[in-house]
Amino acid sequence: MSGRLPVKKTYKLYIGGAFPRSESGRTYEAQDQNVARASRKDVRDAVQAARGAQPKWAAATAYNRGQVLYRIAEMMEARVPEFAELCSGKDEVHRAIDRWVWYAGFADKLSQVLGGTNPVAGPYFNFTIPEPTGVVATIAPDEPPLLGLVSRIAPVLTGGNAVVALASETQPLAAIELAEAIATSDVPGGVVNLLTGHRAELAPWLASHMDVNAIDVTGADGLRAELETAAAENVKRVVSGKPDSQSLYEISAFLELKTVWHPIGV
Amino acid sequence: MMAQAPVLPRGFELPLKQRLPRIGSIDQVAVEQRAAELAKRSIKKDAKVWALELALRCCDLTTLEGQDTPGKVAALCSKAIRPDPSDPNVPSVAAVCVYPNLITPAKERLAGSGVKVASVATYFPSGQAPLDVKLRDVEDAVAMGADEIDMVIDRGAFLSGRYAKVFDEIVKVKEACGAAHLKVILEVAELGTYDNVRRASLLAMAAGGDFIKTSTGKLPGAATLPVQLVMLEAIRDVHAETGRKVGMKPAGGIRTSKNAIQYLVQVHETLGPDWLTPDLYRIGASSLVNDILMQLRKEKTGAYQSKDYFTND
Amino acid sequence: MTELDKRQDRSPVPQGWTYAPAPESTDVVRLQDRYGLYIGGEWLAAKEHFTTISPRDEAPLAEVAQASEADVHKAVAVARDAFQSWSKLPGSERAKYMFRIARILAERSREFAVLESLNGGKPIKESRDVDLPLAAAHFFYYAGWADKLEYAFPNRTPKALGVAGQIIPWNFPLLMLSWKIAPALAAGNTVVLKPAETTPLTALLFCDVLRQAELPPGVVNIVTGDGSTGAALVDADVDKIAFTGSTEVGKAIQRRLAGTGKKLTLELGGKAANIVFDDCAIDQAVEGIVNGIYFNQGHVCCAGSRLLVQESIYEPVVEKLKQRMATLRVGDPLDKNTDVGAINSREQLERIEELVAAGKEEGAEIYQPPCKLPEKGYWFAPTVFTNVAQSYRIAQEEIFGPVLSVLTFRTPDEAVEKANNTPYGLSAGVWTEKGSRILWMAQHLRAGVVWANTFNRFDPTSPFGGYKESGFGREGGLHGMEPYLDFE
Repeated sequence: MSGRLPVKKTYKLYIGGAFPRSESGRTYEAQDQNVARASRKDVRDAVQAARGAQPKWAAATAYNRGQVLYRIAEMMEARVPEFAELCSGKDEVHRAIDRWVWYAGFADKLSQVLGGTNPVAGPYFNFTIPEPTGVVATIAPDEPPLLGLVSRIAPVLTGGNAVVALASETQPLAAIELAEAIATSDVPGGVVNLLTGHRAELAPWLASHMDVNAIDVTGADGLRAELETAAAENVKRVVSGKPDSQSLYEISAFLELKTVWHPIGV
Repeated sequence: MMAQAPVLPRGFELPLKQRLPRIGSIDQVAVEQRAAELAKRSIKKDAKVWALELALRCCDLTTLEGQDTPGKVAALCSKAIRPDPSDPNVPSVAAVCVYPNLITPAKERLAGSGVKVASVATYFPSGQAPLDVKLRDVEDAVAMGADEIDMVIDRGAFLSGRYAKVFDEIVKVKEACGAAHLKVILEVAELGTYDNVRRASLLAMAAGGDFIKTSTGKLPGAATLPVQLVMLEAIRDVHAETGRKVGMKPAGGIRTSKNAIQYLVQVHETLGPDWLTPDLYRIGASSLVNDILMQLRKEKTGAYQSKDYFTND
Repeated sequence: MTELDKRQDRSPVPQGWTYAPAPESTDVVRLQDRYGLYIGGEWLAAKEHFTTISPRDEAPLAEVAQASEADVHKAVAVARDAFQSWSKLPGSERAKYMFRIARILAERSREFAVLESLNGGKPIKESRDVDLPLAAAHFFYYAGWADKLEYAFPNRTPKALGVAGQIIPWNFPLLMLSWKIAPALAAGNTVVLKPAETTPLTALLFCDVLRQAELPPGVVNIVTGDGSTGAALVDADVDKIAFTGSTEVGKAIQRRLAGTGKKLTLELGGKAANIVFDDCAIDQAVEGIVNGIYFNQGHVCCAGSRLLVQESIYEPVVEKLKQRMATLRVGDPLDKNTDVGAINSREQLERIEELVAAGKEEGAEIYQPPCKLPEKGYWFAPTVFTNVAQSYRIAQEEIFGPVLSVLTFRTPDEAVEKANNTPYGLSAGVWTEKGSRILWMAQHLRAGVVWANTFNRFDPTSPFGGYKESGFGREGGLHGMEPYLDFE
């Protein structure tokens, strides 16, 4: 016996800015840890938290959203070794951090690139602006466990959406570490909600949830047809992206376009 | 009457509740679109003949020139009584509209015909003279026998926000008119916005004008369809609120039958059939009459007409 | 004064002005007795046909093909073939075909407008002044994009998708055709389009425009039929489905395409709030309300079917609205003075009647101006319901007819809350003279199109499409190109 016995972490869910256990009291073992196994009721709570937090997040200035997202990168940078142990290593962590920085810088440029004025044939001022679609459910890919999750949720948040994400089922620990980084950054509670558990059990509840506006099925191999069918019930936007990409168009996939007309007269 | 609360800042009136007729505002694009839509009505056959005859009955046949003489006015009066000498069924116009100096010859010529004499007054067309001069102008015209007075508002006062001055002048002119009908010319081309046209319309009606009239005819950009629409809507609001029927007179720029029918359609669909009478609707025009005559004869004969067959009085 | 003059004393003014009928001549339209399917630039005979009628008098107009599943598959295969060469054509050449189409549509606009009104029931003044000019403008606008795609999507390499299956509704038949076909062709796709069952004729006449434009065979194929034809198209070997129609059918299509990887855009229903504040330009607002709900008999997905009036201006707005409704001229769609035409089909008429009955049943107060409706054909008088509660069916469901529900609000917050309290999110209207309030409202309304101090305006450069259950994807503008491109 040498030194002290380390205090082990309990890996919990991240809902509404808090870290609850699954309401079901269930866990499953992954990466040699007991991890919370979320239930459909946890899905429900997470969506509710996301819906509550979304308007304020969307109403924040784009500059402010960029700052908050950048702050996540700062928080992660301070925990590189911890993250590295929970995913494929330092390189993945660095890339995930840089991904936040890249998206953070896009928050206040979106409207300029994606929106604009439309030269309609008449005495009207007409402009189109991108707006968040609302609450987005993200089925994160199993691999890479950290970069895959960050690559999928960063563009969603950049656009002003709130997210409920299902973490990698096989390697969920990086996601929980990320939740802790997010909790210590300035992201308002409820804007990001992270669930761990069995994808096949939880994803259908997200897909059929009537208060979810879009679903990202990137990590939903084998479940896609089922999820897309359920998603039709409230005409969800279904997005299928890449586990590791960085693009303006990953942001725009979760945006609506609003066009406003006003007459020009005296 | 509601008491004026002493605590209210100047310019506020009770009740504060937004009720009609309030001043309100006009959206330029929308009002022009509505006017353009109404202008597309297709008026054919009997409906067209009906409208053309009505337009004729509503005409204020006008000459307002420095070079006007009793001879010129006499010719105009003959035309007014009997626009188409070859067709006794063609009705007379409503009135001739002249300068005060020409009232007497016009009166003589029109005696017994039912065609009225209208005179411009109040230092027409600018209105830029002291009030007593304007009132004297009106009194003289009435004394000479004018049945109707076409006054101009003080646009300088209006545009500088001295609405009370504009209002008071109209009230005094109305008093000076006695039994003569008062048409209040807003000179819309100088008002700059439809909001102002509406405001001036309400002011003129509140002050007692029997008609509101678009223009002196001395400026480009006189009557237009959207301007008339704005004024008709103001008339409609006053009627809805008070039951009082104020007349409308577009003047200047209406030269074709087609255009005249567009004006009538607007009246018909905004104020309704009650206003389709010379008692409540006039068109200030000169060259319009011959175009109507040509159109009427075309409807009758089926052949397109030549100006050579219609007198240029 | 002469004796002659004296006889000219003013006679009394005759009363009443009734506009004489001003019918647009139907001579410009020459219909075939029977139409086949337009596949590969040729007319192919179909096994079955159905009769398409005019809703103004239920008179049969022509026999139209009922495309079978095999017909649809054939059309898709032909489009797939044509894609090989069409997609390789330089954008500048594709553009020139499209410019030709735009020009020919403009040249033949009278013919198309008359046919549109005849087959669909909309007033000729609308098909003449709205549908046709906009349809031609769409082709003209998207033609210009065909060789400029690299400017539209920075940092991406746009590529055509392949074959686009397109299913369009009956409310703006030719205009919806142009909204669908123009961006698809500009992007380099080929098309199989199914017109609505009740309004196939302008799409069939459009095939003659394609002939005149010498568009290569197979680039555009038109298959007529009922819902089963549409379903066959959804299931066929297409790369994309673009659908405009009801939310119910849209959901069914989304389900059907689940897991197939086919691209999808949906432009579905709406229940737009038209919000009137007490500081609005009231007469123009009333005009906007009328245009918002009675334009095209209310057969408009973005119609302003829920009027939200601030309580402090409720009486004058409703009074003026009723007065204005009384001047609407309901009748023969082909009369140039008609403001409100025929209801598109018996089925739609029954749906309107059912919902209006429900509105009465639920306790709303109905007003319809006195108007004589023709005996034959499908007609419904312009209708407004007052005393409507949010929970009434007429305030919730899309009626798709000339029926307006009036609700009230007190504050901007309440207006937004009520406006957004619907699964739909296609459009909204705001009437106020206060600039900052317009921008605040525009920001808070969850709708793809916000008309401030105007309503029901459309333009090829202006993206159109919904939030929530009103669908996804945009049509119009640069954004309207995206659904027809791949960016791998």
